[in-house]
Amino acid sequence: MLALNETWYLVLAAMIFTIGSVGLLTRKNPLVMFMCVELMLNAVNLTFVTFSKALDDIAGQAIVFFVMVVAAAEVVVGLGIIVAIMRRRQGANADDISLMRG
Amino acid sequence: MRVEMFTFLLTAAICLAGSAGVVLLRNPVHNALSLVATLFGVAVLFIQQGAYFLAAIQVIVYAGAIVILFLFVIMLLGVDKAEGLDRDPILGQRPAAIAAAVAILGLSLTALLSVGSRVTGQASTLAAIDGSEPNINALAKVLFTDYVFAFEITSVLLTVAVVGAVVLSRKAGPAIDVAEFPEGTTADLLQAKHDAAAVEQEVLEEVATEDETPEGEAETTEEALR
Repeated sequence: MLALNETWYLVLAAMIFTIGSVGLLTRKNPLVMFMCVELMLNAVNLTFVTFSKALDDIAGQAIVFFVMVVAAAEVVVGLGIIVAIMRRRQGANADDISLMRG
Repeated sequence: MRVEMFTFLLTAAICLAGSAGVVLLRNPVHNALSLVATLFGVAVLFIQQGAYFLAAIQVIVYAGAIVILFLFVIMLLGVDKAEGLDRDPILGQRPAAIAAAVAILGLSLTALLSVGSRVTGQASTLAAIDGSEPNINALAKVLFTDYVFAFEITSVLLTVAVVGAVVLSRKAGPAIDVAEFPEGTTADLLQAKHDAAAVEQEVLEEVATEDETPEGEAETTEEALR
């Protein structure tokens, strides 16, 4: 049987990140897009913890702590924006909100 | 070793199924629940790698708070209608997304598997994980020494996020309803309220006394009409 080493974790994290990026590119519901961003952040967190274990360095876990705080702040502000938009325009999706498109 | 491998494979399957559910399912509530499965799976993988504090935070903050926040917003907005995925504003958006996904996955897998089990980087000499020390102590030590400035900045970030959320979700219009706060001291306002109530009471009593007398008159006028 193959031994479980850090490569397994990193491959899994890469897969979760890819699935999250596909969802972010294809879905139109802003809430679901936010969930996909959370998936990508979690994949990166898993990578950080894996390297923290592999390189025997606690700093990787400290970085994950900060990533979690930033993710929480991002979700709070992002959901506030979504609620503000939905209050004006019922059932708006990401394509309708294109006023600031370049 | 065998148990570890079994745990990893089971958790990886749950993680991948959950993340696929986030992308593929149509109902936003199902998306949020799939996200919970993935977050729990990542928490298990954290435990497997000795990051016990982060696993607890993962469950409490992510699965407990953030997903509940998502569900609250879903319930608040009622976004359970069709998403209109049949048309793309950009031509060929979805094939391009699939191509980008294949590129990302291919690149990372090539980078990971070409080096085999050997990851890049140097093993730590300064902040090595001491097996005798609990995980939370080691993390707290590094957070409050090396990263204390970033930790303080984090508190500022959270405050800004709270203020931003309040500002964004506030209703538009005048901040204070002026009619709700008339001028004058509290004693004056109470006195005025008391006077108004007394006047109202007097009016009611007058009406009641008037009601009694006209009944007799009405009867007499009715008789007179007959």
